[in-house]
Amino acid sequence: MFRNQYDTDVTTWSPTGRLFQVEYSMEAVKQGSAAIGLRSKTHVVLACVNKANSELSSHQKKIFKVDDHIGVAIAGLTADGRVLSRYMRSEAINHSFTYESPLPVGRLVVQLADKAQVCTQRSWKRPYGVGLLVGGLDESGAHLYYNCPSGNYFEYQAFAIGSRSQAAKTYLERRFENFTNSSREDLIKDALIATRETLQGEKLKSSICTVSVVGVGEPFHILDQETVQQLIDTFELVTEEEPPAPEPASEPAAADQGGAEQGAGAEQGAAPDEGVAPMDI
Amino acid sequence: MEMLMDSSQAEHSFLSSVTASERTLNPYVTGTSVVAIKYKDGILMAADMGGSYGYTLRYKSVERLKPVGKHSLLGASGEISDFQEILRYLDELILYDNMWDDGNSLGPKEVHSYLTRVMYNRRNKFNPLWNSLILGGVKNGQKYLGMVSMIGVNFEDNHVATGFGNHLARPILRDEWHDNLSFEDGVKLLEKCMRVLLYRDTTAVNKLQIAKITEEGVTISQPYSLKTFWGYSAFQNPTVHAEGSW
Repeated sequence: MFRNQYDTDVTTWSPTGRLFQVEYSMEAVKQGSAAIGLRSKTHVVLACVNKANSELSSHQKKIFKVDDHIGVAIAGLTADGRVLSRYMRSEAINHSFTYESPLPVGRLVVQLADKAQVCTQRSWKRPYGVGLLVGGLDESGAHLYYNCPSGNYFEYQAFAIGSRSQAAKTYLERRFENFTNSSREDLIKDALIATRETLQGEKLKSSICTVSVVGVGEPFHILDQETVQQLIDTFELVTEEEPPAPEPASEPAAADQGGAEQGAGAEQGAAPDEGVAPMDI
Repeated sequence: MEMLMDSSQAEHSFLSSVTASERTLNPYVTGTSVVAIKYKDGILMAADMGGSYGYTLRYKSVERLKPVGKHSLLGASGEISDFQEILRYLDELILYDNMWDDGNSLGPKEVHSYLTRVMYNRRNKFNPLWNSLILGGVKNGQKYLGMVSMIGVNFEDNHVATGFGNHLARPILRDEWHDNLSFEDGVKLLEKCMRVLLYRDTTAVNKLQIAKITEEGVTISQPYSLKTFWGYSAFQNPTVHAEGSW
């Protein structure tokens, strides 16, 4: 995207009918670190990559509990994401208080989208620079929505946002038809594998990712580091035994039994790396 | 006691008159008890059709049982105009709920909660809606029956009543109500309660409606009357044992 004379104001249309500021705000989402969401009939899993500025600092919080039955993962300007999470929590708790009943996810998402739209039509505001993956349960089942800075929202079976999310999306596209009937464990496994896709060779560790689950009879919660690491270890062992043919994307250099460092970096969706030797040093 | 805050502030001006207090102090046209029970398929609710103006039986065809949305039934005793106001609030609530057009709908529990909030908030402003409400309904096979008073006290139970019904009908229900009553048995039980109320509540009227709500929907009966019996021997020559009486 290049600068042009119609992109200064959110309230200026381009001659081709575009609002550049809104589109630029969606670019901000693409710059943020990845967030992934998947759902089955009974569960929704949200996972994200935690990038720390330096080794000395802590990770940014990108997954927020909105209510017992709703959680959100963000990508983009995390400060905007925090503010919107606070709004969502407020709406959820007010509904809960008035009606003694959980706020249906679909309604929360519409309210969120309407709030985002306002910022695309005021000269003294700017669009929110954050994309939100909202996962939750209500009467009609498990839902996953993506809320865009433009004020649009879509429902998804599985989705990924943020940098290198295309890799995750490619993996999810191959597998999404099975998700509806996936078990909770398989869903988490798929989320972790999709997260690994966005890492471009870097080893998936529980210290650089966060996983959260919400399901029937299971309130929204973030899995602790140990649990996540165990899950990673489990499927990394499994993928070593499986033949490379069915899921080439899940293979890249994951076949280390002792959890030792990778040799070669893996390209997304590349041919399986046979012959990578564990480093014994 | 100092002047209590009301819904509109008094205007003080040397040229205009001071606005009087505008908050509910007494009820004027009132309905008496409502009685309701859970039964096999849902909820049964009964109320007579009287609207009393103090001791005068002013209105004799007041419908005190009304459906709310797809899943609920509301019965009210107390000030009739406040009941009508509540129906307007609920109308708007259901309208907005329908406008979402998203497959979700407010069930009886949600409506009951909402009403509790409304009643309690009005009570806090010292301007109550002078009603005792009974909210019953069925949603997704779950039966719900609750009550809210004019001060915001609310609870759920298998059988509820308002006003005199609490004193005269509930003891009967405590003894004779059981789970999975058939429709006929439920109606007979309610009629027994309404008959006692008719005999003993001076503001009761012998013209009642019984409403039922099930998963399928709401049915409110046509008005009808209960048979009463007054032929007790003690009522013949009532003054026979009274000294100095004629």
